[in-house]
Amino acid sequence: MTEPWGPHDVGGQQAGPVDLSEHDYAHWEWQIDAMIRLALKKGLISDFAELRDGIERLTPEDYNRCTYYERWAKSLAYTLVSRGVISEAELAAKIEQIRARQEAEGVA
Amino acid sequence: MSDHDHEHDHSRTFQPDHPEPTTDAARVGLALRELLIEAGHYTPDEEQVVIAAMQGASPENGAKIVARAWVDPDYKGRLLENGATAIRELGFELEPYEFTVMENTDDVHNVIVCTLCSCYPRALLGMSPAWYKSKNYRARIVREPRSVLGEFGVDLPDDVEVRVHDSTAELRYMVLPQRPAGTDDWTEEQLAALVTRDSLVGTQRQLGSGSGSELPRALRQPRGDHAHAVADRRHATALDQQVVYTCLWSYFPSLTRYCKKLYQS
Amino acid sequence: MSDALFRVGQRVRIADRTPPVHHRVPSYVKGRRGIVERICGMHGEPEKFIRGDGEPKQRIYRVRIPQTDLWCDYAGSEADKLEIEIFEHWLEAAE
Repeated sequence: MTEPWGPHDVGGQQAGPVDLSEHDYAHWEWQIDAMIRLALKKGLISDFAELRDGIERLTPEDYNRCTYYERWAKSLAYTLVSRGVISEAELAAKIEQIRARQEAEGVA
Repeated sequence: MSDHDHEHDHSRTFQPDHPEPTTDAARVGLALRELLIEAGHYTPDEEQVVIAAMQGASPENGAKIVARAWVDPDYKGRLLENGATAIRELGFELEPYEFTVMENTDDVHNVIVCTLCSCYPRALLGMSPAWYKSKNYRARIVREPRSVLGEFGVDLPDDVEVRVHDSTAELRYMVLPQRPAGTDDWTEEQLAALVTRDSLVGTQRQLGSGSGSELPRALRQPRGDHAHAVADRRHATALDQQVVYTCLWSYFPSLTRYCKKLYQS
Repeated sequence: MSDALFRVGQRVRIADRTPPVHHRVPSYVKGRRGIVERICGMHGEPEKFIRGDGEPKQRIYRVRIPQTDLWCDYAGSEADKLEIEIFEHWLEAAE
């Protein structure tokens, strides 16, 4: 079999039993999903292919460590920065603002 | 500072009644959202409309299509020929993907996966379950489908062909499960109530109407980490949940509500 | 719109290449042979969306591959199949 191209290319690999438990989506996960749909609708990105590409660029460590919506969030960040919709600096500043707020409110 | 005495500030991702994620990766998502809203790319109201639409989709949509196909052979023919056109015929909105419906028969069992990511027909099935997106499902269902199906309680003899459909970005799939025996005079509504999400993905084969060797999904689903219980439940006697509830309801409405709550929690 | 290059029932081979861009062919089917089961519609090519608008659209084919051809240790019926959509430019005619 040809070598997997990236961490997403998992078809046919050895893996463990399937965990069948059901999970509700967290509020923030609905918000991430909605953000992706709105980014497409508003033309901030042109196609889902861009976001799949962003996920495929994650390192294997990142891909396996991140949860499903964390991967989409990282991909969207990469895509929007690449497209110039937001800058790396303002993204970093906002992340730091959120981290500080969470610490101050005792939720971090 | 307190926002709590006023209307929620919807630009802030954190709302006191919803836990906020604190991993670095999740903060990226929270940050993006706040930046895009602050820059006016979309509003919290628009966000709510999109979320409501996503939450409104459920496997009941797919179930209605299946029930119609069971009672109307002409519709079934159109559905198998061009899924998107036939689905829109019943008033459902579909994103502009090509849509293919695969029919289970006595000789063939179909099951769907997206190995590269997690493409899923949300408009008809609602949001995908965690297992569909998991590496273990995506990796193994294409290579050892019978073993994976066994974990879902589906054991197929060798004379039933298993067809695995790996969905790429552009096409979406749904399985048309077989109509259970003994339902000839059932209404479309009654038939639709039999159809489960798993049967539309292909991780359930038989739908309960009193026959078959599988428990209805709600009874097979393990709570928490008791995955080992699934193996035991696979060998348990089949139970027609719908019939039991119907009978119970006639005599013991409160008991029925309690049983439903117990099994579905 | 151009005519389909391949017809239903034709034997085809999926290319075994790994371009350094987003593409929708999993490694486990690269280089494999199968039969065209269905001719699907015209779609934007994923590789072209990253740097463009996906145009011109390309035809997709559903390819059916016996599982015993994919996996030397396949534990199931010899009749079991894998079906997958592949873009036209990833396919070539095969014996």
